[in-house]
Amino acid sequence: MGNPPSNSTHARLIDATQMRRVLMRMAHEIVEKHPAPSSLGLVGIQVRGVPLAQRTAANVQSICGVEPPVGELDITFYRDDLGTRLDQPEVKSTHFGFDLTDRDLVIVDDVLFTGRTVRAALDAIMDFGRPRRIMLAVLVDRGHRELPIRPDIVGKNLPTMRGEDVRVHVAEVDGVDEVVLFKPADAGSEA
Amino acid sequence: MARTTKPRAKPTAPATHWTRRHLLGLEDVSADEIRLILETARSFKEVSTRAIKKVPALRGKTVVNLFFEASTRTRTSFEVAAKRLSADVLSIAASGSSVVKGETLIDTVHTLEAYHIDLLVMRHAASGAPHFLVRHCTSRVINAGDGMHEHPTQALLDLFTISERGKAFDGLKVAIIGDIIHSRVARSDVFALTKLGTHVVLCGPPTLAPKRFEAFGATCTSRLEEALDGADVVYCLRMQFERQQANFLPSVGEYVRLFGVTAERMKLAKPDAIVMHPGPLNRGIELTSEVADSAQSVVLDQVTNGVAVRMAVLFLLAGVN
Amino acid sequence: MKGKGTLVIRSGRVLDPAQGLNDRLDVLIVEGRIVEIAFGLAPEGVEVLDASGTIVVPGLIDMHVHLREPGFEHKENIESGTRAAARGGFASIACMPNTNPVIDTSGVIDLIMMRAEAVGAVNVFPIGAISPGLEGKEIANIGSLVEAGAVAVSDDGEGSQDTYVLRRALDYANMFGVPYISHAEDTRLSADGVMHEGHYSTLLGLTGIPSAAEEIHVARNAILAELTDTPCHIAHISTAGSVRIVREAKARGVPITAEVTPHHLTLTDACLATYDTNLKMKPPLRTEEDRLELIRGLQDGTIDCIATDHAPHAYSEKQVEFPLAAFGIIGLETAVSLALNELVHKKVLTLPQLIEKMATAPARILGLAKKGSLEPGMDGDVTLLDPEAKITVNPDKFASKSRNTPFGGWELKGAPVATVVAGHVAYNARATAKTKT
Repeated sequence: MGNPPSNSTHARLIDATQMRRVLMRMAHEIVEKHPAPSSLGLVGIQVRGVPLAQRTAANVQSICGVEPPVGELDITFYRDDLGTRLDQPEVKSTHFGFDLTDRDLVIVDDVLFTGRTVRAALDAIMDFGRPRRIMLAVLVDRGHRELPIRPDIVGKNLPTMRGEDVRVHVAEVDGVDEVVLFKPADAGSEA
Repeated sequence: MARTTKPRAKPTAPATHWTRRHLLGLEDVSADEIRLILETARSFKEVSTRAIKKVPALRGKTVVNLFFEASTRTRTSFEVAAKRLSADVLSIAASGSSVVKGETLIDTVHTLEAYHIDLLVMRHAASGAPHFLVRHCTSRVINAGDGMHEHPTQALLDLFTISERGKAFDGLKVAIIGDIIHSRVARSDVFALTKLGTHVVLCGPPTLAPKRFEAFGATCTSRLEEALDGADVVYCLRMQFERQQANFLPSVGEYVRLFGVTAERMKLAKPDAIVMHPGPLNRGIELTSEVADSAQSVVLDQVTNGVAVRMAVLFLLAGVN
Repeated sequence: MKGKGTLVIRSGRVLDPAQGLNDRLDVLIVEGRIVEIAFGLAPEGVEVLDASGTIVVPGLIDMHVHLREPGFEHKENIESGTRAAARGGFASIACMPNTNPVIDTSGVIDLIMMRAEAVGAVNVFPIGAISPGLEGKEIANIGSLVEAGAVAVSDDGEGSQDTYVLRRALDYANMFGVPYISHAEDTRLSADGVMHEGHYSTLLGLTGIPSAAEEIHVARNAILAELTDTPCHIAHISTAGSVRIVREAKARGVPITAEVTPHHLTLTDACLATYDTNLKMKPPLRTEEDRLELIRGLQDGTIDCIATDHAPHAYSEKQVEFPLAAFGIIGLETAVSLALNELVHKKVLTLPQLIEKMATAPARILGLAKKGSLEPGMDGDVTLLDPEAKITVNPDKFASKSRNTPFGGWELKGAPVATVVAGHVAYNARATAKTKT
């Protein structure tokens, strides 16, 4: 996503405690939607979707006693914007460790924005196998969809302006749990 | 149910983003850029282990392999790499020198560019041919070997293979043995390895491994024992029989007696030393079959890694406008 | 050539090392001969060449030029090559025999002289081949070549690989009083080399030509010059070792001389990192140590003169992969500016010393008795120079047919202003004024 503009102001919208509660609530929703949790599989999208998926798996375990396997998916090779970005994305690992076929997968990501990342994730998952069903769980939905993608489980709906930026920080990667909104310094009209 | 893995420690990320339109050699590529390629190659190696060995990263892009020198190995490797990135691939084996054919190199490439290609991978017998080419064309160019000058993707896959075996470059001893002066592989390896802090020893008779190479940060010796002593990597270069005709060697027999790598001689190297070769092997010349087939030999890994490294290079270059 | 002209060159500063002249003077040329040098010459009805702001020197002589005619007219011919010479400030050039056919019969010399007379802009002096076809197997008919007008014999382009044949040829040539111009290259050692053998050839992966390939032949030729007493002139000297050999031989009185090119005085093998074929020539660009010794050799007189080795090649012969590109670069239209900028302005040579290297010495070596000086009675060949003129080298404006120069875009201080050949203005960067009663 690049770095936020240097002349922006930021506000913390969700703190660590709130984030923990939201994640637990999302885990409850997942369990609710999967009467047969043994067929569940979580797929965390690199980078921050991975620790979120891992925490969610642990939460699901504490709710229903079954811990779903967690796969890590890097979608860099499936992006539709290579060659047009200013910075080059760093490629992280992709590893499932379980067979996707006939699984009920839940994609886990930190922020849902245009929907292109999720589209790329769907393409990648299809190359790995044939799951029975795929759902989408995101911590934050900030709107501005460009594709017909909708989340099944949402932690928090955060309507934003186009020029703003929503950042999720997770302790495993950033040292702290929080969700921050960056407004550009000349906050004004909607793009 | 599989236990989820603990979050692993953040790997030291290379500080660089890739900004070059061409990869012509490693002499002017920084250590950070080399590390970025190796990191990216790691991810691509995983792609080759999937059931569907393809990602759409270069979908719709046209990659042309223009090979003026015969090469099954490198050309196949680039073809597989481009196809696994979902690119459209054209492999053209242009025979002999363009002058003999009548069509100049510039004309050949301009004709190809009229098809709106995206990436050009070229192997040519003339050193400097890719440098000449980029002055006259607009495609992104990857050097797959230019005369005696450089073979950057070979050196990169060599480095990848070494690091895969868990060996850190800093302080490593790498012995490269054979026809150094005529070897583009040796040059690219020397440029890359010395940048990463490796101690490179070049070994061969003075006609083939002249002291001039010490200016590039390597050590030169004509004694095989000195080169192998405590080596972590033993890299054998292919001996070409024409060298005897051009009076660089008295006979291949004497070369083998003095410089052939045998199991006995390998005892001088570290016990966990690896043996490498750019291929194809001359069994019984550069190295014995025993050594070539030993557990220390990573020659086939080099070939596998070639695809991952070339996928990384194609991917990184395609991402630059 | 326009025949013999009458001209007065006014208001310039005459610099003639041969006479020790360095003064504001006018030069009167009548029917192609210098008649008078004095202050305030203004004869009636005589065309005036305004030389104000310029240095007036004896017509410069380039004793190493490839005119490519007959046989290679797509690269250059006598008309374009001599126009390039005139633009470069040269009133006379000597042309090398590696044409097609080679200049090994009087017929070819007659052809060149006729063409030079018809379309040449400057004086042309053919150099004959020392062996038929430049094959080095037999001696050419040096007698008839000299009789037809050859001013020297040479093996330029090939060198002499058979020492016995060269020795016999030098013995034979001795009776004609012409020098042997030597292309010193042991082709077994240079083999398929394309640049100087050293650090840079190793870095760039190009086959190198060791300095030894030149030095061995320079030493051999110096010894043969001593043995046969035939003057030997080392063409395009390029290595420190060659300079030392010539210096030692000269000190012992061996009849040996040497020339150096402007590009060897200016560039080194380090420039080749871009694989630019406009830097590919034989002998190749050498190291900085070699370049500095060439400069020392110029300064202490070991190297007698500067000659361009003007070697035109067509675009298709140069714009190819480096190992395949032809050897050679043009030089007539950049020599004077490079010499003024790199030698005079950088205090390597004084201006009189430079003129000595570019006019007096070549005339002496080639035995051109009526050239190289502005003394009355000498031929009316004059060059006007402006050492302060600032130019940017623009190959698109060259008169030469070829463009193979590495100096395009170079900003240099110093340029030729006009060239007078036998009293006719062959080139004038400014307008001339005519005075009539």
